Amino acid sequence: MVRLINGILYFSEGIDKTTIPALTEQLALIFKANKPLTLDISGLTELDSAGVAFLETVQDQVKTYSKVVFLQGTPEHLKPILKTFSSALLPKEEQLYKPRYFEKVGDSICLAGQSFYAALVLTADILYWSLIGLFSSKNIRKGSFVQQGLLLGLQALPVVGLLSLIIGFILSLQSAAQLRNFGANVFIADLLAISLVREMGPMMTAIIVAGRSGSAIASEIASMQVSEEIDALRMMAINPIRYVVVPKFHAITVVMPILVSCAILIGELGGLLIAVGYLDLSLQTFVQRSIDILSLKDIIISLTKSTFFAWVIVIIGSHYGFSVKGGAEGVGKATTDSVVASIFAVIFFDAMFSLLYL
Amino acid sequence: MSMNAPSPIIEVRNLVAKYGDTTVLSDVSVDIYPQEVTIILGGSGCGKTTFLKNILRLHEPDSGSIKYWGKEITSMEEDEFNTFVLEHIGMLFQGGALLNSIPINENVAIPLEQHTKLPKVIIDRIIKTKLHLVNLDNAFHLLPSELSGGMRKRAALARALALDPEILFCDEPSAGLDPLTSANLDELLLNLKRQMNMTIVVVTHELASIHRIADKIIFLDKGKMLFNGTLKEAQNTDIPEIRQFFTVGRF
Repeated sequence: MVRLINGILYFSEGIDKTTIPALTEQLALIFKANKPLTLDISGLTELDSAGVAFLETVQDQVKTYSKVVFLQGTPEHLKPILKTFSSALLPKEEQLYKPRYFEKVGDSICLAGQSFYAALVLTADILYWSLIGLFSSKNIRKGSFVQQGLLLGLQALPVVGLLSLIIGFILSLQSAAQLRNFGANVFIADLLAISLVREMGPMMTAIIVAGRSGSAIASEIASMQVSEEIDALRMMAINPIRYVVVPKFHAITVVMPILVSCAILIGELGGLLIAVGYLDLSLQTFVQRSIDILSLKDIIISLTKSTFFAWVIVIIGSHYGFSVKGGAEGVGKATTDSVVASIFAVIFFDAMFSLLYL
Repeated sequence: MSMNAPSPIIEVRNLVAKYGDTTVLSDVSVDIYPQEVTIILGGSGCGKTTFLKNILRLHEPDSGSIKYWGKEITSMEEDEFNTFVLEHIGMLFQGGALLNSIPINENVAIPLEQHTKLPKVIIDRIIKTKLHLVNLDNAFHLLPSELSGGMRKRAALARALALDPEILFCDEPSAGLDPLTSANLDELLLNLKRQMNMTIVVVTHELASIHRIADKIIFLDKGKMLFNGTLKEAQNTDIPEIRQFFTVGRF
């Protein structure tokens, strides 16, 4: 409780974390009309660390209009508490330096540059050790290639297949409606074959793999980094890139073209349903035209592209994994960042390929 | 309550704790007295941490009674017990258990912000004094990952002290700390006992630390309580397990 008598603030009963909110309100009313200089706490029975902090803020408030403030009547049993929890004599905390807008922009550009450089170094490392890894199995755990192949490839097949079927289906359904207007039904096969082989097959598969396997790679490496497993590998004279990344790199290099081929075939199947069911094409025409329109170059570009995307996904995943900072939260952030970055990179490089090899 | 024989603050009677079929604690009865440092002692796997977890209800005891100030806590409702913990108990975990993604000052602020309606100015002052109490004036804005092991422990201690607990539980406070840092931490605990009239319960097996801070010792062995008394009595006892514990640890 607090009362104002003859210009003196009398505090009584207890000041602790439960009573402070009410006291703050009472005081606000008192300070509106009065300017007391003296605080009397002789009636106090209880005081905790919050109470001490509260008394000090009240004194600070008095100091806004007066040079002096008096605290009187401290009961003997409360003196040690007042002394222990007083923050009056503590050094002022240093203000954190807050960078301005342009400084932040510049900073993030520098950081992006450094991160990009680190990613390039990592890329070189991964490519080098993958090449070496072809000829020497040193530092590579036995069976990890097959294990990773199953993980990155076979387990991704159902979702890749399902999505490809739906994409082939939609793609042909939408174009069928238009082609029908011009009586160009038969071209559905050309359209579907080119778009699936050149673009949709590699790109959609890469996006799914980036979301599924890229995130898995990033989070695995990030949590290994956070729990010092990577350091432990180094101390056993095992190159973490060779031990952790190279098997994934090899596996995905083999598995990705197979995944993309499956995606293209299943996508064609989806298109076939529309072509035969809705546009009244014969099965034979559809297959024949699809094969005729595709050149060897198209298929080579498609598979090269998909391998390249696979590499990009592994490299970006490992980059974010290795550069993780902080604990559990850092792992989550690294994973998210790696998925965003690898999807962006896949689409960007896809555009590059399209421009280069039209 | 007379000054000569204060009544115990915590009374544990016939506590039995099991993990599945293994009995970890059998029939432990202990009194813990106010404003003393009570050490729970014993070799690895004797049930020290389990004992602590049981009297804090982090692990539900199989049977037995646990009373704080004469109030039975094993039969309390969850809410009631939570309020009780908030008002009276602080706990320093073995690894510190700070939240790694937020700075030290916000870590200390968590209990204050979540459980009181104090204005921000006052909370800031409390954090400052609590961090000063554990000698961490300069770590205000640092992240836990930027601190050393000893500093992290002290920051965790500041968080445990945020709500002015009457009883402080510490699970192996000096584990993984060098002798100097560990001595500082002990000094800190003694200060808390003196300045804030705190009751402190420490689980440890560091002999040096025990010699510095212990008032009372509870010795557990294979889930049974072998000894309960003052440090002096413990050193002069003729129970072979305790004698061995003190002689092997001497250097």
